[in-house]
Amino acid sequence: MSKVRVLVGTRKGAFVLTSDGRREHWEVSGPHFGGWEVYHVKGSPADPDRIYASQSSSWFGQVIQRSSDGGRTWEAVGNKFVYEGATGTHLWYDGTPHPWDFARVWHLEPSPTDPDLVYAGVEDAALFRSTDGGQTWQELPGLRTQTSASSWQPGAGGMCLHTILLDPQRAGRMFVAISAAGAFRSDDAGATWRPINRGLRSDMLPDPVAEVGHCVHRIAAHRSRPDVLFMQKHWDVMRSDDAGESWREVSGNLPSDFGFPIDVHAHEPETVYVVPIRSDSEHYPPDGALRVFRSRTGGNEWEPLTNGLPQRNCYVNVLRDAMAVDALDPCGVYFGTTGGQVYVSPDSGNRWAPIVRDLPAVVAVEVQTLP
Amino acid sequence: MIRVVLPAHLRTLARVDGEVKLDVPPPVTARAILDALEARYPVLQGTIRDHATRKRRPFLRFFACEQDLSHEPQDAPLPEAVASGAEPFLIVGAMAGG
Repeated sequence: MSKVRVLVGTRKGAFVLTSDGRREHWEVSGPHFGGWEVYHVKGSPADPDRIYASQSSSWFGQVIQRSSDGGRTWEAVGNKFVYEGATGTHLWYDGTPHPWDFARVWHLEPSPTDPDLVYAGVEDAALFRSTDGGQTWQELPGLRTQTSASSWQPGAGGMCLHTILLDPQRAGRMFVAISAAGAFRSDDAGATWRPINRGLRSDMLPDPVAEVGHCVHRIAAHRSRPDVLFMQKHWDVMRSDDAGESWREVSGNLPSDFGFPIDVHAHEPETVYVVPIRSDSEHYPPDGALRVFRSRTGGNEWEPLTNGLPQRNCYVNVLRDAMAVDALDPCGVYFGTTGGQVYVSPDSGNRWAPIVRDLPAVVAVEVQTLP
Repeated sequence: MIRVVLPAHLRTLARVDGEVKLDVPPPVTARAILDALEARYPVLQGTIRDHATRKRRPFLRFFACEQDLSHEPQDAPLPEAVASGAEPFLIVGAMAGG
């Protein structure tokens, strides 16, 4: 029977949750790297026992951990993230120029084909690549030196590159998203980039339809249709059918179109999941009810999924990297909360159950489907 | 031998227990100690000093002989008691919440 391994990053360490394909009974290991913030943990599709973790601390900086045995043991690998060439400036919160300054790795994206190739999205926003299993890191500077970069500004969480999508069908095509600059696409393996934000509207900007400056929270795509992108923006749920050339809003009947994560069902490319949050200053669900919303129509028409989720007095948040789907049939959906719960639905969202209830605040959730 | 006391999280990262003992030729300075420490434990590179600027990370302090030496030049000679091994060189994480 197949197994699943859920990789959880929290404010105070990482946890590995494992179950068989029924996804009812779970073993929990951790905390790994206790006391450190773990912004992301992700396994290599090419070698599921190869896992990368971003471990960081305001005191001790950035550490990258690597496991070669499915998360049982770990070794620290390279943590030297140095911007290539002249650092340059972006805009600070007060609108003044501010030098690019590395803070942490927000997201690790292993290659689908090479366990030693992994990308890192960092704060201040830039994209790094390692071709030796994380031992050394080189920046792909074409993003940070893109013509609009000097006008980028951080969002409240910092100027982070938090989303990396590798197109599984078109070699060299990659998408990234940066708060609060927007979405960008490369068609030459990261050498050059351009903004892909046409159709986004952000009323907090002087020009609401500016080319850059949008606070994109997350982008997701189904691997069978990489030109169809779904976006949870600061406000608004968006969709593109042309690899980001244009976007249209698909918030439809959501009770709030603010939120952080968005993901796509493993087997149904038009089935999308979001977790509406009341507002950008109230980072908790509307009405104190934790509801995942599912659209089976690629957006606009959304249904609340509540079975097994707290529907009273619930005021947790679900962060941008804290939702994932497995590849089993029926598809499993997972998300973690700032209250320390990790929920699983083994049936595409119809019913939910907590795997764990009392972890530190969950920052990231990924899942591996294992033979 | 120079004695170095690391914060608990860095002892875990370096996989050491208790004090670290380093052979550092004179003159014994903070920079010489940190260079020797990072050479022995490469995993500590970047966790005490910034990779690019080589400056002490803001939330760390260097203490010895009941003095805060954090703001001394890294090439300044350390007290003789540290150079002789009578007193340890302490790398201390700032008290802060979180």
